Amino acid sequence: MSGGLTHRLHRPGDSPVHRLPAHVKVLALLAFVLVVVATPADAFAAFAGYAVLLATAAAMAGVPGTVIARRMVVEVPFVVFALLLPVLAGGPRVDVLGLSLSESGLLAGWNILAKGTLGVVASILLAATTDARSLLVGLARLRVPARLVEIASFMVRYADVVGDDLRRMRIARESRGFAPRHLGHARVVAQGAGALFIRSYERGERVHLAMLSRGYAGSMPLVDATPAARADWLRGTALPAAAVVIAVATWALS
Amino acid sequence: MHVPDGFLDAPTSVATGAVAAAGVAVALRKAQDELDERTAPLAGLTAAFVFAVQMLNFPVGVGTSGHLMGGALAAVLVGPWTAVLCLSVVLLVQALLFADGGLTALGTNITLIGMTTVVVGWIVTRAVLAVLPRRPACVVPASALGALVSVPVAALVFVLLFAVGGQADLSLGALTATMAGWHVLIGIGEAVITALTVSAVVSVRPDLVHAARPLRAPLRLRRADGSLVDAEPVAASRQARTGRRDTRSLLLGGGVVALLLAGVVSFFASGDPDGLEYVAEDEGFLDTARDHAFGDFALADYGEVGGIPVGLAGILGVLVVVAVGVLLFRAVRGRSSARQHEDAAR
Amino acid sequence: MTTPSLQVSGLAFAYADGHQALFGVDLTVGRGERVALLGPNGAGKTTLVLHLNGILTGGAGSVHVAGLEVRAGDRERLREIRRRVGIVFQDPDDQLFMPTVRDDVAFGPANLGLHGATLDARVEAALAAVGMTEVADRPPHHLSFGQRRRVGVATVLAMEPEVLVLDEPTSNLDPASRRELYDVLDALAVTQLVVTHDLPFALQLCERSVVLSGGMVVADGATADVLADEDLLRAHRLELPYGFDPRSVWR
Repeated sequence: MSGGLTHRLHRPGDSPVHRLPAHVKVLALLAFVLVVVATPADAFAAFAGYAVLLATAAAMAGVPGTVIARRMVVEVPFVVFALLLPVLAGGPRVDVLGLSLSESGLLAGWNILAKGTLGVVASILLAATTDARSLLVGLARLRVPARLVEIASFMVRYADVVGDDLRRMRIARESRGFAPRHLGHARVVAQGAGALFIRSYERGERVHLAMLSRGYAGSMPLVDATPAARADWLRGTALPAAAVVIAVATWALS
Repeated sequence: MHVPDGFLDAPTSVATGAVAAAGVAVALRKAQDELDERTAPLAGLTAAFVFAVQMLNFPVGVGTSGHLMGGALAAVLVGPWTAVLCLSVVLLVQALLFADGGLTALGTNITLIGMTTVVVGWIVTRAVLAVLPRRPACVVPASALGALVSVPVAALVFVLLFAVGGQADLSLGALTATMAGWHVLIGIGEAVITALTVSAVVSVRPDLVHAARPLRAPLRLRRADGSLVDAEPVAASRQARTGRRDTRSLLLGGGVVALLLAGVVSFFASGDPDGLEYVAEDEGFLDTARDHAFGDFALADYGEVGGIPVGLAGILGVLVVVAVGVLLFRAVRGRSSARQHEDAAR
Repeated sequence: MTTPSLQVSGLAFAYADGHQALFGVDLTVGRGERVALLGPNGAGKTTLVLHLNGILTGGAGSVHVAGLEVRAGDRERLREIRRRVGIVFQDPDDQLFMPTVRDDVAFGPANLGLHGATLDARVEAALAAVGMTEVADRPPHHLSFGQRRRVGVATVLAMEPEVLVLDEPTSNLDPASRRELYDVLDALAVTQLVVTHDLPFALQLCERSVVLSGGMVVADGATADVLADEDLLRAHRLELPYGFDPRSVWR
């Protein structure tokens, strides 16, 4: 059984965070991350405050820290970049444990690390508490062009199907003793990718036929989308609003 | 290779967001002209395909690997407009469902991966096609060069954005060198996979390869004595023929620029080998971090990056890709002409 | 006599590449009838099916659905034809393209302009008819193959079609899922055209069978008689499973 695209990150639940409409959550996330990104790097207290906010949200949503930690590997490449900055950057230098590090580089590295991490954790919270379908409905409500939402919807639906095709091809290859070892073997793997494209495209054509057969005339019907209640909006703005308060407070106190 | 939140400052993020929105809006309109009401299912399935092949890893150097970006590949297969839509949707879904790439950096990621690689890959492919013989198989070496150039160019655009909105006091020369040198290597992997994939599709369903569509053999008429003559080409293809000479010079110029770029830029890189190797290591982490559900495509190391002067490696890379492309072209042409003989024998 | 659900006369068709698939097909299916469409691979079965709701047009001959002629270019009429003819495609992954089962079943009726409570009622009724109410909110990818096939039937039933056309409904099903599908289809009062290689299933479900071969109808009669005609079956590459004797089946 393949791990489905949707249930790899999504954790079904019935917390207040789960119940918020998806478009409210997306906007809240965007607003929160914008505040984080706009915060000066040396406002250390503010970043601590943001972290506390996210931890509270995670606790409310019932998303365990281990789940978040495991998903955070996506930011590893940039963590390494951030750790390099103190070495690479110019300007005045300080000695830390025998290493000569750039002061501005240290700050820049911290800046990327802190903001990137907060952004990733916030995004993980969104993905963990919102299933793919609600997210698509949410995007539609946020006036993302309908055609784009439709394409995303087909992608979400078929990513697993195409992924399974790819996996089956690999199993078929390996069952006949194929083990990729050198560049010459790239041909075999890429041929699989070529076949995968043909399969995917032809499936697209068949899906189109199936859609026509059920009265598709160029636009998808938007299936249910209950508007968000005022209370939802209030709850949704809690996170970015608190972030703004923290940002302003640290700025005023400094 | 997705940019996270906070890498670029807020104004730059918002500006790239606007660029991305405008680009996607244009692509939406143009793609609809190409695919009309079939846009949603076909682009959706292509997006799912791109998402899946992005899981293919290839080795770049000392035990490290990159993964396919797929911009040039998608452009060659489904055309540039649809490709921009597909890549943008993949990035959108990755940001929202996988926390891969920051939400405020979505515009940056779409500009870099969704638009730059697609547009550069497409232009280079078209330019190469213009000087090669008009056969569907030529799309293979053309796409290789398109993919090779698309990756470092995207890296340079990233450097440009970093120069404007980056939040670190980095020497831009060093950053340019590191990013470009490293991404020429990634570009080679991208080129090999792209070319092989395109060649697999061209040999089975050349009609599905968007870039090969104008290259189909002309219809032929059988005369009373049994000999075959080319049917009168339609006006459109005649136009394409006259456009060819103009683009030939464009391509030659482009080729020289690519070689220079690879050489000069990697020369800078060799001045700072530590940085390069560190970045290489981080990409190695990327490899372990990536989902390996679809099987890793681990090839043995095929070159010690550290040992070769990197400027040389860049130029070598371009030459290797051209050579691979030519060989592939020969192979595909050989296969299809063999098939023609078989058909004739029947 | 009432208007037949399907009336195909003199239908001939060639694809753009010149390959001719149908050479004059005549077929009438009365209201409420269940007809099996049998034939070897390449007989033109799928081509015929795609003519029934006007996805393919442009050849010779005519197709009428409950008296309404299929005509290309007339969008309003095609809409009505596609409401009347519900096709269940062979691969449920092609048929089920929406994020959840409920959305998918709602796709057809929503295209017909239904919404709100009417739409919900339609969806519930269709899912109930195939016994799939409890999976309504799940993504199709998480269902078993047999469940997906039944949901595929529901997506079409939700449009309240005049005739239900099933393309290889039993392919890839295990015996239990096949029997469950039979129970579902047997309980439906709607006219059914079942395209299949599964001869025992045809015998079980359909009173009447039509054999299509080489783009023509070569036999049309009671399923029991068609399956008992060994020469006919052999001539058209149709084969009964080992040990299966249609005459010994109690009906």
